[in-house]
Amino acid sequence: MDYSNLRRQAASMKRGLFDQGYLDEQFRQVEDLQDEASPNFVEEVVVLFFKDSAKLMSNLEQALEKYPRDFNRWDAYMQQLKGSCSSIGASRMKIECLSFRDNCGQGNVEGCMGSLQKLKREHALLRQKLESYFQLLRQAGPAGAATRPVM
Amino acid sequence: MTVEGRVSVVDDGRDRFPVGMRVLAVDDDPTCLKVLESLLLRCDYHVTTTGQAATALRMLRENKDRFDLVISDVHMPDMDGFKLLELVGLEMDLPVIMLSANGETQTVMKGITHGACDYLLKPVRLEQLKTIWQHVVRRNTKTRGNDNDDAGQKVQNGDGENGGANRNKRQSRRDENGDDGDDSDENSNENADASSQKKPRVVWSVELHRKFVAAVNQLGIDKAVPKKILDLMNVENITRENVASHLQKYRLYLKRMSMDASRQANLVAALGGRNPAYGNMNSLDVFRHYNNAYGRYPPVPTTTHSQSNNLVARMNSPSAFGMHGLLSSQPLQHGHAQTNMGTSLNDLGVNNGNMIRAAQMPTMVTGTSCNSFTNISNGAPLAPANRSVQPLESSNRQHLGQIHLSSTDSFSSFVGESHHFPDLGRTSNTWQTAVPSNIQELGHNGSMSQATLHVNGPRNPVSSFTSASNQIPTLGNGLQSQVASLASNPLPVTFNQDASPFTYGSSTNSREVLNGNLAFSNSGINTSLPNLRIDNPIVPRHTLDGSNAGDVPSLQDGRIDQQAVGNQLHYNNDLVATSRLQRGLSGSLDDIVVDMFRPDSGNGGSFIDADWGLV
Repeated sequence: MDYSNLRRQAASMKRGLFDQGYLDEQFRQVEDLQDEASPNFVEEVVVLFFKDSAKLMSNLEQALEKYPRDFNRWDAYMQQLKGSCSSIGASRMKIECLSFRDNCGQGNVEGCMGSLQKLKREHALLRQKLESYFQLLRQAGPAGAATRPVM
Repeated sequence: MTVEGRVSVVDDGRDRFPVGMRVLAVDDDPTCLKVLESLLLRCDYHVTTTGQAATALRMLRENKDRFDLVISDVHMPDMDGFKLLELVGLEMDLPVIMLSANGETQTVMKGITHGACDYLLKPVRLEQLKTIWQHVVRRNTKTRGNDNDDAGQKVQNGDGENGGANRNKRQSRRDENGDDGDDSDENSNENADASSQKKPRVVWSVELHRKFVAAVNQLGIDKAVPKKILDLMNVENITRENVASHLQKYRLYLKRMSMDASRQANLVAALGGRNPAYGNMNSLDVFRHYNNAYGRYPPVPTTTHSQSNNLVARMNSPSAFGMHGLLSSQPLQHGHAQTNMGTSLNDLGVNNGNMIRAAQMPTMVTGTSCNSFTNISNGAPLAPANRSVQPLESSNRQHLGQIHLSSTDSFSSFVGESHHFPDLGRTSNTWQTAVPSNIQELGHNGSMSQATLHVNGPRNPVSSFTSASNQIPTLGNGLQSQVASLASNPLPVTFNQDASPFTYGSSTNSREVLNGNLAFSNSGINTSLPNLRIDNPIVPRHTLDGSNAGDVPSLQDGRIDQQAVGNQLHYNNDLVATSRLQRGLSGSLDDIVVDMFRPDSGNGGSFIDADWGLV
C-alpha cells in the first residue's frame, strides 16, 4: 500500500481542479477548517453543497416554467445558489450563476435557460471530480484522509 | 475553590473576551451555514446556528442574554433578513451583522439603514470574522453611558432620519442632552458600580418597553427626551443612554410603520376602500408574517380597511343589517386578537407585541379603522355580543359590519365600540339605526377610541388601557395615527392597549384628545343612535384617564353628524393606515407617530393638535 503515492495522486488531482478553474481559493479556506476536531469537514461540506444545490437548481427549473419571465424570482433563486457556490469555492459553477443573473437582468429567457443548463453540467462535472478526489483520499489511508490533504 | 475560579468557568471564557463570544448565526443555506459555523469556531467564538429566522428570534427571545452577537443572512425564506435585523435591534439591542452574496450598494445601504452594524459579503473569510467582536464592545461601551454626546448624536441622527420635521426636536434634544449631562453621569456611575466591568446589556423586556412607551406618550413625541422618559419610567439600572438608543430605534420603527401605513392608505384609497383583499394584503400579510413568526397571534385580516369603507356606507343604510354579520365577526376577532395580543405582546416583546397589536387592531377596527380597536378593546365585550362574530376570521374584512352589531347586549357596552364599526351599528338591532351614523363618526375618532375604550368596558378599560398602552407603543401610535386619520378625530385610539386601543391613557395629551374624541363619539352615538345607548358607563373614555370616569364629556352630537361623512372618508384612510400599520409592524415606530400627527383632512385636526404624544 503506497499511501504516499495515493496521496500524491490526490494532491495532483486537486491541483488540476484548481488549474482548470473548477475550484478557487475559497476551497482552500474550507480545507483549512478541517482539523482533528472535524476530520471530514471538507467532504461533509461538499456533500451538503451538492445536495442543496441540486435542490435549488431543481426549484429554479420549476420556477422557469411556472413563473415565465419572472426574472426577479429567478434571480432570487440564483442569488441563493451563487452564495452556496462561492462558499465552497465552486468557481466554474459560480461563473454560470453570474451569467444566469446577467441574462435575467437583460430579460433574456433563452439566455437564462441556457445558463441553467450549463450550470447543471458544471454541477455534475464538479461532483464527479470531487467524488473521485475524496475516494482517492480515503484510499490513501486513514492518515491521508484524516489529515490536511497534502499539496 | 475560589469564587474567581468558578466565575471564569461559569463565564465560559467570556472573561477572555473575545474568546467565547456567543454568536448566533442564521442562514437558510446549509452549506454557507456550515462553513460559517466552522469559521466562527476557528475564531474561538461560541457558536449557535439555525437555518430559520423564526427559530433565531425564538431563541433570542427566550433568553435575551444568551448571545452577544447575531450574524444573519439577508435572503431567507421565512423572514426577510432586514426584518429580523430590525426586530433584534429593537427588542434585544444586540449587534447584528448582515451576510449576503449580494454586494450591491442598495442592498448594503438597506442593511445599514436597518441598523446592521456591519455587512459582510459571501464568501466570508476568516480574517473578517476575527474582528467582529469589535461591534459587541462598541455597543457595550455606548450603553455604558460614557458618551452623553454620542447619545445625543444618536438621537440627532435618529431625528435626522425622520426628516426636517424633527429638526426642532433635535435642537431641543441637544439642549436636553446638555442638561442631562449631569444626570447621565450619575446614572453612568451608578450603572458602572452596579455592573462592574462589562455593563450588562439592558434588555428591553415587554414591561420595560411598556413603560417606555407610556412615558413617551405621556411626554408627547415631540417632547420625549431620554432624560424625561427615564424619569417617568422610574426604573433602576437603565441609563439615559439606554433610553436614548432605544428611543432612536423606536422612532425608526415608527417611521417605517407610518411609511408602510401611508403606502397602504394610498393603496386603499386607490382601491376605494372596498377591497377586502386589500385589507388582507398588507397588514394581513405582514401581520400573518408576524403571527407566524411569533406564533402568537392568529392572523387578523386587515381587510377591515377596505371593508370599513364599504361598511360605513352600508351602515348608514338600512341594509346594514347584513353587515352585522360582518361586523360581528370582526369584533370577535378583535376580541380574540386582543386577547392574543395581550399575551402575545408580552411574549413578543414590547416592540413586536405592539406592532402586532396594532396590526390587529387596524383590521378589526377598520371597519372604519376602528375595527381593530373594537376588536382589541372589545375583546371582552365583543365576545358576548357577537354571536356572529365567530366568523371573524373570515369576515375580518367585514369586520366592521360584523362587529357586534348583531348582539344587542354587547351593544350597549359596545356603544363606545360600535363607534368603531360603522357596520356594527348595523348588525345590532339597536345599533342598526342609530349606529350607522355614529359609527362612522365614531369610527373615526370615537369608534377608534370608543371601541377601544369600550372594550375595556366590560373589563376595566382604564386598566387595560393604560397597561396596554405601554404594550403597544408602536401600535398605539401607529394605530392611533391610523385611527386618527380614519376618524379624522384625534382620537388617540391606541391599539396598543391590550384591550383598549387607547393608549391614550398613558399620555395626557392623548387623553385630552381622546376624551374629546370620545366624547365626541359618545355623544355622537348617543345622539345619532338612540338605540345605542351610548351612555354606557363603560365608555372607555374614562378609562383612558384611567380614573376619569366622569370626565368624559358627552359627545357633541353635532360633531358626529358632520363626521359621519367625514368618517367614512376617514375610515378609508384609516383603514389604509391600519392595514399599513399591521403590515408595517416591522416598520418604524416613527412612522406610526408620523401618521398620527399627520393632520387629517377631516376632523382629525383636533387630533393632531392634541398631541397624542403617543410617541
